[in-house]
Amino acid sequence: MSSYLLRHVRPYDEDAVDVRLVDGRIAEIGTDLTDGTGTVYEGAGAVLLPGLVDLHTHLREPGREDAETVETGTLAAALGGFTAVHAMANTDPVADTAGVVEQVWRLGREAGHCDVAPVGAVTVGLGGEQMAELGTMADSAARVRVFSDDGRCVSDASLMRRALEYVKAFDGVIAQHAQEPRLTVGSQMNEGVHSSLLGLTGWPAVAEEAIIARDCLLTAHVGSRLHVCHVSTAGSVELLRWAKSKGWDVTAEVTPHHLILTDDLACSYDPVFKVNPPLRTQVDVDALRAGLADGTIDCVATDHAPHALEDKEAEWGAALPGMTGLETALGVVVLTMVEPGLLSWRQVAERLSSTPARIGRLDHGPQPQGRPVAVGEPANLCLVDAAARWTVDPTESASRSRNTPFAGRELAGRVVATFLRGRPTVLDGKPVTA
Amino acid sequence: MKRHLLSAADLTLEDATLVLDTAEELAQVSARTVKKLPTLRGRTVVNLFFEDSTRTRTSFELAAKRLSADVINFSAKGSSVSKGETLKDTALTLEAMGSDAVVIRHSWSGAPANLARWVRGSVVNAGDGTHEHPTQALLDAFTMRKRLGRLEGLKVTIVGDILHSRVARSNVLLLATLGADVTLVAPPTLLPVGVQAWPAQVSYDLDAVLPKSDVVMMLRVQRERMGPGPAADTETAYFPSTREYSRRYGLDVRRVTALADDAIVMHPGPMVRGMEIAPEVADGHRSTIMEQVANGVSVRMAVLYLLLGGADSAIGAPATGSSRVTAGQT
Repeated sequence: MSSYLLRHVRPYDEDAVDVRLVDGRIAEIGTDLTDGTGTVYEGAGAVLLPGLVDLHTHLREPGREDAETVETGTLAAALGGFTAVHAMANTDPVADTAGVVEQVWRLGREAGHCDVAPVGAVTVGLGGEQMAELGTMADSAARVRVFSDDGRCVSDASLMRRALEYVKAFDGVIAQHAQEPRLTVGSQMNEGVHSSLLGLTGWPAVAEEAIIARDCLLTAHVGSRLHVCHVSTAGSVELLRWAKSKGWDVTAEVTPHHLILTDDLACSYDPVFKVNPPLRTQVDVDALRAGLADGTIDCVATDHAPHALEDKEAEWGAALPGMTGLETALGVVVLTMVEPGLLSWRQVAERLSSTPARIGRLDHGPQPQGRPVAVGEPANLCLVDAAARWTVDPTESASRSRNTPFAGRELAGRVVATFLRGRPTVLDGKPVTA
Repeated sequence: MKRHLLSAADLTLEDATLVLDTAEELAQVSARTVKKLPTLRGRTVVNLFFEDSTRTRTSFELAAKRLSADVINFSAKGSSVSKGETLKDTALTLEAMGSDAVVIRHSWSGAPANLARWVRGSVVNAGDGTHEHPTQALLDAFTMRKRLGRLEGLKVTIVGDILHSRVARSNVLLLATLGADVTLVAPPTLLPVGVQAWPAQVSYDLDAVLPKSDVVMMLRVQRERMGPGPAADTETAYFPSTREYSRRYGLDVRRVTALADDAIVMHPGPMVRGMEIAPEVADGHRSTIMEQVANGVSVRMAVLYLLLGGADSAIGAPATGSSRVTAGQT
C-alpha cells in the first residue's frame, strides 16, 4: 500500500492544502492532515496540477532508437510533468497495424514513466493511398482513438472524407497534419521576407489554411471529429474560430515553439530552428497566443521531435525538421501565457491535461488521465514551482536527442514532482526509477 | 571587413568601396607579363566546390595563384547530402590541414554560414543554393563602375529568374549599399513572396523599364523552371513556354534599341542564347560579358587579399591616396 502526503501544495494556484495519495488515488485533501504511514513530501507552496497529457510526440521507436526510445522519451515526458503522451505513427515500421501499436503501448508500460497512447496511421505506410486497419488498432490492447499520418498530410480529399467517416464507428478522431503538398514542394521555412532573402524555399501559410478549411467542411459534412495538429498561422486560428462558431466538432493544438519563436531565427541557418510546420511571424505568434487564451485552440501539444546529431548538424536543406519539447513545454507556456495573464492555472490544466485527454479519449476507461485534482480521482499529478526561472541546457535533457531550440533561454516555472497513479516518477526535479 | 564574406550584406559602404579600389589596383597585375604577386605566399586557400562550376572555381583559383597562395581544389560534388560524409567532416578535415581561407560553392542555401561555424579561417561564399553569390555582385559593381564611372544613382535593371537567383540577391544588397537604384523585372511567378521588403523596385514590364536603365543585367532562366509538370515532388512550371518567356522578357535586337546610348548589358553567365538574350546582343558593343569574367579575377584577388589580412598596399607600390588598403581583418 503506497501512500504519499503532499504538504503545502496549491491545486490550480489556489489555497495551500495537504493532499494524500493512497493506492493510486487522491484519498484526502485538507489542511493540517496527519502524517500517517506514508512518505511526506514538502511542496513549499508549489502549484499542483493534474498530470499533463500530450497529444503529439515522436518517440522514434521502433526504427530510430538512436534518436529516442520509448524509455528515454517518456522519461523526458515525466520530467516535463506529463503522465500520458500520444506517440505518433511515423516510426519504422509505421504504426499502421495492431502489432506495432501494441508494441509501442507495451514498451510504454514497461518503461513506467508515463502512459503511452499510440497514434495509428491513417493510411498504410503513411502512403496516403490506402486506409490502414483503423478498427483493428482501435480494438487492440492499445485502444487507439487518435489516427494521424503526421509528418505527412492526408491530402486526398476523398480519402480524408472516408477516414473521417470510418472512425465514427469507434469514436476515433483524425489528427491532421495540415500541409497541402503541392504548395510545399521542397519547402524549408515560412514563406515571407526572410525566406526571400535567405534563398530558402517557402512554406506558405495558405498551404496549412487551405487544408484546415477543407477538412473542417468535410468534418461538418460527415458529422465526424477532426483534430488539427500544430496550428501555426493567424489565418488558421481564424478558420478554427469560424468552424467552432458553426458548432462543428473540430479541435486544435499549438506547439510551445510556435507560441514563442519566429522565422527570423532561420537567418542563422542553424537547423535547430528548422521545424515542420515552420516557425512563422510575430503576427502569427500573437494570434496563436490569443487563440489559445480564448479556447479557439484547445490545447498545447509538444510535437516533441528528437533527431540524432548528424541529422541536425547539416546544411539547413539537408537537416531534418523537428524540435524536442517535452521538458520545456510547461516552461514556455508559463512564460508566454501565464505570466502575461493570458491563462490562469486552471486554464493551463485544461489546455495541457483535461482537454487533450478528452480529445484522445483517455479521460475514461480503466486508467483515466486528465482528471481533476479531487478526492477519489486517480493520482496523476504534477507539481510546479511557478516562480522558478531556469535556463535550458540541452546536455541535461533526458531525451536521447539534443535538438532543443531553447538552449540558453530562460523559461519560467519548473516541474518539481510528477506522480503516475500515486507513484512518483519525478521528485525534486529528478527522475525516480520505478 | 568581417572575417567571412557570406553575404553581400556583410559589406559596409566602406568595405565594398575598399574591395573595388583594391581590385582596381590588382587589375594592373593582370596587365603585366608576369601576373603574380608574392602577397599571400605561404597561405593556403581551399576551393571547396560541392557543385560544378568551372567558371567560378577557375576564377578563384587564378586569383589565389596570382597572389602566390597555395591552392587546393576540393571537389566534393554531391557528397554532403549522402549520409556519412557531412559538411562538418569536410570542414574539420580542412581545418586539420590548416587552410587559411575556404572558398565554398554549395547547392544548399546557407552552407557557407554553417561552414563558418566549424573553421577558424575565412569563408568566402562562392554561391550557395538560391541564396547569394557576393563576389559575383562585387565584380558586377566593379564592371559598372569601370564602364560608367559611378555607382551612386545608377539605374540598374535585373531581369529574369529573381526567385532562384543568388546573383540577384547579392546584387540587390550590394548595389543598395553602393547607392544604385535597382529595378527587378520578371514574370510574377519568378519573384519571391517577400520581395516587397527588398531595397529594389519591382516591375513586370521590361519595355517600360529599359529606356530608364543605365545597366541591364540579364539572368539565365534554367530550363528546368519550365517544370516537368505536376508529379508529386516536382515544381509546377513557372511560365507557359520558353517562346513566351523570350517574347516578354528576352533582350532581343529590337528591345535593345530602346536603351540609352551608353547603357550596358550584363550577364553573369552561363547564357542561354536565344532565350533570355539574343546572340547579337550578347556579342554587341554594349555587352560587358567578357569584361565581367576578367574583372572577376581582380575582384576575387581583392577579396582574398583583404580577408587574409593584407595591411599593406596590395601590390607593394607606394600609396597613392587615403583610400589605400589599410583594413585588415576585424
